[in-house]
Amino acid sequence: MLLYTLLAGLLFGLYFSLVGMGLNLVFGVMRIVNLAHGDFLMLGAFLAFWLFTLWNLNPVPMVPVVFGVFLALGLPLYYLLVPRLLSAKDPEMLSFILFFGLSQVIEAVTTIAFGTSERSIPGGQLGQALATVAGWMLRRPVAGGPVELLGQNFPAAWVASGIASGLAVLLVYLYLYRTKLGYLTRAVMIHREEALAAGIDVHRVSAISFGAGLALAAVAGVFAPFMLGSITPAMGVDVTVTSFAVIVIGSLGNPLGTALGGVVYGISYMAMQSYYSSWANLLPYLLLIAILLVRPSGLLGRQVRRA
Amino acid sequence: MPRLWRHVLSILMPVVALCAVAPFVYGNHLLLFNFIVFMTLAQGVNVIYGFTGYLPFGYAGFFGAGAYGFSLTVLHLHWPALPALGAAACAALALAVVLTPLLRLSGAYFSIANLAAALAVLQVVSNPSLEAVTNGPYGISLSGVFNPPLAYAAALAVLAGTLLLVIYLRNSRFGMALQAIREDAISAGMAGINVVRARAIAWLLSALVAGLTGGVFAWYVSVFYAETVFSAEFTVFAIVFALLGGTATVLGPLLGVVILYGIYNLVGIETPQYFQLIYGLLIVGLVLFLPNGVASLIRRRGFDVP
Repeated sequence: MLLYTLLAGLLFGLYFSLVGMGLNLVFGVMRIVNLAHGDFLMLGAFLAFWLFTLWNLNPVPMVPVVFGVFLALGLPLYYLLVPRLLSAKDPEMLSFILFFGLSQVIEAVTTIAFGTSERSIPGGQLGQALATVAGWMLRRPVAGGPVELLGQNFPAAWVASGIASGLAVLLVYLYLYRTKLGYLTRAVMIHREEALAAGIDVHRVSAISFGAGLALAAVAGVFAPFMLGSITPAMGVDVTVTSFAVIVIGSLGNPLGTALGGVVYGISYMAMQSYYSSWANLLPYLLLIAILLVRPSGLLGRQVRRA
Repeated sequence: MPRLWRHVLSILMPVVALCAVAPFVYGNHLLLFNFIVFMTLAQGVNVIYGFTGYLPFGYAGFFGAGAYGFSLTVLHLHWPALPALGAAACAALALAVVLTPLLRLSGAYFSIANLAAALAVLQVVSNPSLEAVTNGPYGISLSGVFNPPLAYAAALAVLAGTLLLVIYLRNSRFGMALQAIREDAISAGMAGINVVRARAIAWLLSALVAGLTGGVFAWYVSVFYAETVFSAEFTVFAIVFALLGGTATVLGPLLGVVILYGIYNLVGIETPQYFQLIYGLLIVGLVLFLPNGVASLIRRRGFDVP
């Protein structure tokens, strides 16, 4: 039971890291709170759902497609909303309200377009993808179905989502720490004005981070039908709060902390599910408040508390 | 005549008189009641957000705490409605005291923590394990104290008290101190303002307003679910109304409610999705093009907004 809880928590933790990553990237670079984060995740889930339903495309190979679509969507959205917002007197607070409005718009449009019924993708699709990849790596055919890890059986969809999320988080790390653009992004994160003074095109860097943030949310959405249950247009709010819990545990504005926050969150979530299931929904909120009060900068953060 | 009394005469009196007469002229009492509720809540948000700059994104938590404080004393202790309003106030104040440490957080951190706190309270209240106490997710029914005219009068009294509070803040040293903290907490502290105390008082007053409003709301509608009274819509409506009108003024939040809530009800859309779409677009447009509210438009023409 304990081993199962820990391993399942780790798989979910990797997934939750991916869920929170985009939100944290946007907050870290622009200091604005994207309250519509969960709704972009929902849109990504719907895109994967329709690609699968209409053309029978397996969700896993569609991940780059989803990423590209939402990156392309995020760039114009940035120039439409953010520069104007950042020129206001109190952008951090106003961003709450602005993106709440955006999330309402997205939810309403999605509901008008698709209705409120619950949708999902069969879990076997991920198992199939995992078996194919494993077979290709081991150079022998591998059967689908549950995966055995240290003597415990897990649904193949969990394992595939966990691995894919881990890879995505790794890619974000490589982007931030091994590329020129990532270097500039980190400069903007540390000090926006100084980055501007040093000749960095802050708006371009921010726009790319904004697009990447939305695209990461959408990629997390591709796996949402397997990890979070069926997808509905109204799922966004809960996802946003969960993402907040994850990134605050890690530390706000530090994308690497998010990976740690996700794993802490995933393991506590699984432990609550196993031992106190009727109160499990309370966990993200309590964890969030507790961390904010005890260590508001998160587990890997700088000082943020004042007075 | 000092400005405080001038504001009482020119704003508080007419608003309260208008709301008191309205039910005899206009038939849709629920709509009038909602106007009063939102005017009070917008002013409550004004107290904490407008004057101190803390955005309470979980404001509905106090509203819901008030509604449940009222309902549970009526249901379990069989109190009459008016003293139960005291319990509503106590419930909201108790929650605010528990959450006072959140004021140590700044900016977005405070708002996120406040939102999480409100959702946590909702999860506790609506948890099926507590069905014996709060009736869990199945809602509250208060047929015993059902008395809309009296509840309407109580709501009006709460509105009058709140307006008096905001008029006081607008025209007093204490209100100035709060605004100084909003602009720069460290300088305010250097100038001899007890930052921690002043902020905590504003926080408790704001929670008190929401708790009393929640209590009269529970009394008036008498049948509701936990999700109704803790719904983020109360928070966001109150914030958006206050913002549209202009924060840290007496008139602003009232204007915001009259304009925006008036538009909502005039448009009168049946399908909730289209309503959601339009109000989402309104919020986005408001933040982008009028972030300082209607009051800033009037100020730009050289008039002072009370």
